[in-house]
Amino acid sequence: MLRTKNTRAGRAAALVTGLLLAALAAGCGKDGSPPVKGPKADELPVYQVDTAFDLPDSRTWTRAKQRGYLRVGAKEDQPYLGEKDPASGAYTGFDIEIARMMAASLGFEPKTLRFRTIASANRETALQNGQIDYYVGTYTINDMRKKLVGFAGPYYMAGQGLLVRTDENDIHGPQDLAGRTVCSAAGSTPYQRIAADYPRATLVAYDTYSICVDNLLTYQVDAVTTDDAILLGFAAKAPDEMKVVGKPFSQEPYGIGVPRADNALRGALNDALEANEKNGNWKKAYEATLGLSGAPAPNPPPIDRYPAT
Amino acid sequence: MTKTRTRAPSAPEATALYDIPGPVARRRHRLYGIAATVLIAALLGWIVFLLFDTDQFTAQKWTPFEYKGIQELLLRGLGNTLKAFAYAAVLSLALGAVLAVGRLSEHRVLRWLSTVLVEFFRAMPVLVMIFFIFVALKVQPLPALVAGLTLYNGSVLAEVFRTGINSVDRGQREAAYALGMRKTQVTTFVLAPQAIRAMLPTIISQLVVALKDTSLGYLITYEEFLHAGKLIASNLDYDLPFIPVVMVISPIYIGLCMLLSWFATWVAKRERRNLKTRAAGVGPAEPGTLLPGGQ
Amino acid sequence: MDVLTENFSLYGKGFLGTVQLTVYASLLALALGFLMASFRVAPVGALRVLGTVWVTVLRNTPLTLLFFAVLLGLPRFGLVLPFQVFAVIALGCYTSAFICEVLRSGINTVPTGQGEAARSLGMSFGRTLAAVVLPQAFRSVIPPVGSTLIALAKNSAIAGAFSVTELLGTYKTLNELGYSIIWSFIWIAVGYLIITLTISALFTVMEKRWGVAR
Repeated sequence: MLRTKNTRAGRAAALVTGLLLAALAAGCGKDGSPPVKGPKADELPVYQVDTAFDLPDSRTWTRAKQRGYLRVGAKEDQPYLGEKDPASGAYTGFDIEIARMMAASLGFEPKTLRFRTIASANRETALQNGQIDYYVGTYTINDMRKKLVGFAGPYYMAGQGLLVRTDENDIHGPQDLAGRTVCSAAGSTPYQRIAADYPRATLVAYDTYSICVDNLLTYQVDAVTTDDAILLGFAAKAPDEMKVVGKPFSQEPYGIGVPRADNALRGALNDALEANEKNGNWKKAYEATLGLSGAPAPNPPPIDRYPAT
Repeated sequence: MTKTRTRAPSAPEATALYDIPGPVARRRHRLYGIAATVLIAALLGWIVFLLFDTDQFTAQKWTPFEYKGIQELLLRGLGNTLKAFAYAAVLSLALGAVLAVGRLSEHRVLRWLSTVLVEFFRAMPVLVMIFFIFVALKVQPLPALVAGLTLYNGSVLAEVFRTGINSVDRGQREAAYALGMRKTQVTTFVLAPQAIRAMLPTIISQLVVALKDTSLGYLITYEEFLHAGKLIASNLDYDLPFIPVVMVISPIYIGLCMLLSWFATWVAKRERRNLKTRAAGVGPAEPGTLLPGGQ
Repeated sequence: MDVLTENFSLYGKGFLGTVQLTVYASLLALALGFLMASFRVAPVGALRVLGTVWVTVLRNTPLTLLFFAVLLGLPRFGLVLPFQVFAVIALGCYTSAFICEVLRSGINTVPTGQGEAARSLGMSFGRTLAAVVLPQAFRSVIPPVGSTLIALAKNSAIAGAFSVTELLGTYKTLNELGYSIIWSFIWIAVGYLIITLTISALFTVMEKRWGVAR
């Protein structure tokens, strides 16, 4: 008796699954990408490709030249910084512009640049075992990480901030977090800072900030904390629902991660950053991306050319 | 509703709980049935109302699914899920066979070693192993996921194989030895073929567990089905279409698992009628061993 | 070794989190499983259908998907609860499907003759259930319920990825603090072994005491 029922359920399941798969596979979909929210740049800057560029001392560079394309690691879920369009697979944002700018200076055509999403936890590994040539994605320079990878830059100075719902009037800075729920990325520096300095806040952690923002909007948490650059990007997508409050309460210099041994590449990227900051490309890139959130372009931080270790 | 229709299609199996109901009891049961149906319908109605009330069916939340790029993203995710499942299934079967041979071996060291491995991997949460391989050994997401699933399911399958071989009638083994076959020959030509037929439903059920557990790849950033769903669900541009994503993804996921479970039941039914399994006895298609036995 | 002694409170918190999750979710799973099992053997068609659908769907749902749907989905309906409660709901519902099947097959192991004999002695439905059927069914379900609860304890590790404090999640903090990852994991593994072996021992004792003589 029961067996026949199971069989019937099984057949029904098979039918439903088959239909859904068929509907998906039929590809009866529209081309292009679904509409996006938030302000959009009319035009992205174009960077002059330095075709004569040569860097024989860099193993990363010579191998990329032989391969014919550059592999760059990035983030995929940070609006206006490093964001991947789920439909088209195209990456956009300030970090992505920096990566493009660097590629042009290293003599690579825009179409020979391939992005790959690398989660925060895997950045060092990806650079160490050569899955990517360099990494641009809200990568804070610090001494512990310098033992594992090399850093060009910094190209931007972020600071820890707080994102809250627009109907929230009691949180103006980290001192107001006592008894409230705050979300951040598991094991990240902002998470550690709140845990150490503001122990009366309840901490919640996920792998990615987009889930934190989701939790904020469903009232599961009261604030999201991380670098203000990331938060500004989210706020710009839904300005009616979220806002960034208070002053940044830390300094997070963003660098370009490179393989630790490749000092030649690090030097070349530092030169390229300096040149692009001077000729105005840096500002153009900022205004076409992160600047759309309403924050005016800051002065880029000075490049830190630390000696090779 | 006639009397025959209420009774025939889904009467419960005979249990010790109650007699075949008489006319009065049947009328009472029908009343309960109507009450229960109304309650269940009300519950479902309330859920549908909640879905509408919280604007889960707005065009903005559903339009992304119309685009080819999004559909391809989901299909790619599903493909990755199936890929991880295929690798894990094949490797688990291989590891299971190796460990089972080890446990049945006559060398004490080998037997002891396989027993320790099997017991340890069955007692550890799969996720702990996957994270260990991913974080501590710095392995890529796909191999880490496949390795974790293989260690766990391989150990469980080793026990399944061993039980299967031990459950073959003693006479079969004795007869084979009497013919002058050596241990390896007895196992490969006499015991294993019968044991595998008999254990096939259990093996397939265990593969359902492996299929379900490929979703753990989501937690180590493997770009499988659930990961593709999350990418769409947490996108502010699409107005966070979380519920629509769950509504699209879960029927496919659950349907695939049900399909495999149903296949296990079908095999069990077929094998039970098969003369070749007479000496081993086919077990029912259990929901897959969840767990180390406290036997 | 230092990892354990220097971070004892962190490990303790994680261990306690896993124990709490396991205990609460077990209670929910046993209660829901019992309810669903009674639905599945009920003489009322609608309840049988409900029980069957519950079991079939949940048994074939990946637990990660269920966690995803419950922890990130339910808040959308205005339900704001601590994460731990959501995790208990997800784990409890999932495991209840397995408990239900264990209990149902336990009831089915009681021979029909037992019930018939009880009824012919004039026992009411309630008395038959309480004095004849359930005591016998209870004995045969002890080992499989034990296995299912051990599985639950192991499955609770998934909750860590959804911001619930539990044992596996402690590795993230330790990793960031720069401790040896291998040792962090060894102590996590030991924690899980303690929990699963305790459940196993508990059920072995219960089995010795009340189990069917075989």
